[in-house]
Amino acid sequence: MADDFSWSSSSDIAKAVASGKTSALNVVDDAFARIEERNPALNAFTAITVERARARAKAIDAAPNKSKLPLAGVPFAVKNLFDIEGIATVAGSKINRTHPPAKKDSPLIARLEAAGAVLVGALNMGEYAYDFTGENVHDGPSRNPHDFTRMSGGSSGGSGTAVGGGMVPLALGSDTNGSIRVPSSLCGIFGIKPTYGRLTRASSFPFVASLDHLGPFARCTRDLALSYDAMQGPDPGDAACVDRGIELTFPQLQKGIDGLRIVTAGGYFREGGAREAHDALDLVAKALGARTEIEIPEAHRARAAAYVITTTEGAALHLDRLRNQATEFDPAVRDRLLAGAMVPSTLVVKAQIFRRWYRDRVVELFKNCDAILAPATPVTAPKLGQVTFMLGGVELPVRANMGIYTQPISFIGLPVVAVPVPLKPLPIGVQIITAPWREDIGLRIAYALEKMGVCVAPKPNL
Amino acid sequence: MAGSPLDDYIAAAARALDLPVEPDWLPAVKANLEVTLRLATVVADFELPDTTEPAPVYKV
Repeated sequence: MADDFSWSSSSDIAKAVASGKTSALNVVDDAFARIEERNPALNAFTAITVERARARAKAIDAAPNKSKLPLAGVPFAVKNLFDIEGIATVAGSKINRTHPPAKKDSPLIARLEAAGAVLVGALNMGEYAYDFTGENVHDGPSRNPHDFTRMSGGSSGGSGTAVGGGMVPLALGSDTNGSIRVPSSLCGIFGIKPTYGRLTRASSFPFVASLDHLGPFARCTRDLALSYDAMQGPDPGDAACVDRGIELTFPQLQKGIDGLRIVTAGGYFREGGAREAHDALDLVAKALGARTEIEIPEAHRARAAAYVITTTEGAALHLDRLRNQATEFDPAVRDRLLAGAMVPSTLVVKAQIFRRWYRDRVVELFKNCDAILAPATPVTAPKLGQVTFMLGGVELPVRANMGIYTQPISFIGLPVVAVPVPLKPLPIGVQIITAPWREDIGLRIAYALEKMGVCVAPKPNL
Repeated sequence: MAGSPLDDYIAAAARALDLPVEPDWLPAVKANLEVTLRLATVVADFELPDTTEPAPVYKV
């Protein structure tokens, strides 16, 4: 009987492959068996790369240096906005299906594979990443592994489903306004949205250039750190990617949290969400001894400004497609983008001016603290097809409002680790927000919470 | 039927930008634009010095 790696960590798989206890091919074949078994119900994958993955796994098994590969034989999958050589980059759309196949892999795929990981496929997502639900009118919804009738969260819904549903231990996604942190929260897994400019976005289909980030999902902090470390480094292919040396986080996880000043976000971040969102935050804060509450100034305006920049930059990106192929969009995406195209530019510039001011105020907060805790989503996973929910006594659209707590943070590019709190019946996430370039601190805190048993990825009953 | 100022604006903007807005798309486009303009006003109403630089290419 084949080994079952469905809930194994990347680090354990890599150790087993490096030691010869198992082979990369065995692990990859197990992943494909799991995908075949679970994907019909969960709908996370839109493409699988069997031939390529098996060839890659065999190469790793034959490599003399496999013990030096931190992700040896680890299967991973990517949101289908990443370029995969030989496959059209659909970005959740119907329109892009006519694009020619990508000529090469995105650099993040190449960097993970250089570390020994094996790409096994592409993942479902909300059309053009303008989504918080994980629903897709063309491919159907990626489903929540803890309750198939519920949303995975978006727009990296397939990434959340694939990792939370035990099909792969590692996945990549993108986060413009919360699209890594929202599915992490709803699917009960870990995710990191690094500092804006940290990981290259070259050869990925964009949404909002001034807000787009890429990052990994995993079921434990060690895997998040290992994969994040493997993907760091400058890249002239992305204008926003900084020329900054690699700052490894994995070796720092054991440092613990002694001496770290951890606070919670009050005001805006304590309003509107359901009880579960705040219960989860309280549990995490208590475990960390975070007793001080601070106010992130003008967070509601930051969320508003992120909304304005998103809809207008997104509309600019898609202007020609709106003119010529409007009927081929998901109508919900099309109508938001059409509206975005009509917003006066004066208001967009105002949002960018506010962004600078807000960035300076928030970064100042980190003189007096090392990390700020906030809810990741206002609710646990809504039902598929649910259009509205009640937040703070007001009925609001789900699609636009799942990101109320994530948008004010990604708006200024701060790094965030999303950690899962395994509440019953559904998990929900908490954001660990740190100063620019201090992903290491967020990951140390996440690791400490995991060791305490406060934040763990709950295993679904599949 | 006379449209609201926002209906007129959408019609004019669609013509100016050469954007197709089918009649049955209009309610959703209008609703989205209303939300965006309301949120944009929340931002624009916040007074900042004239010297505050915008961040169109954002650098942390």
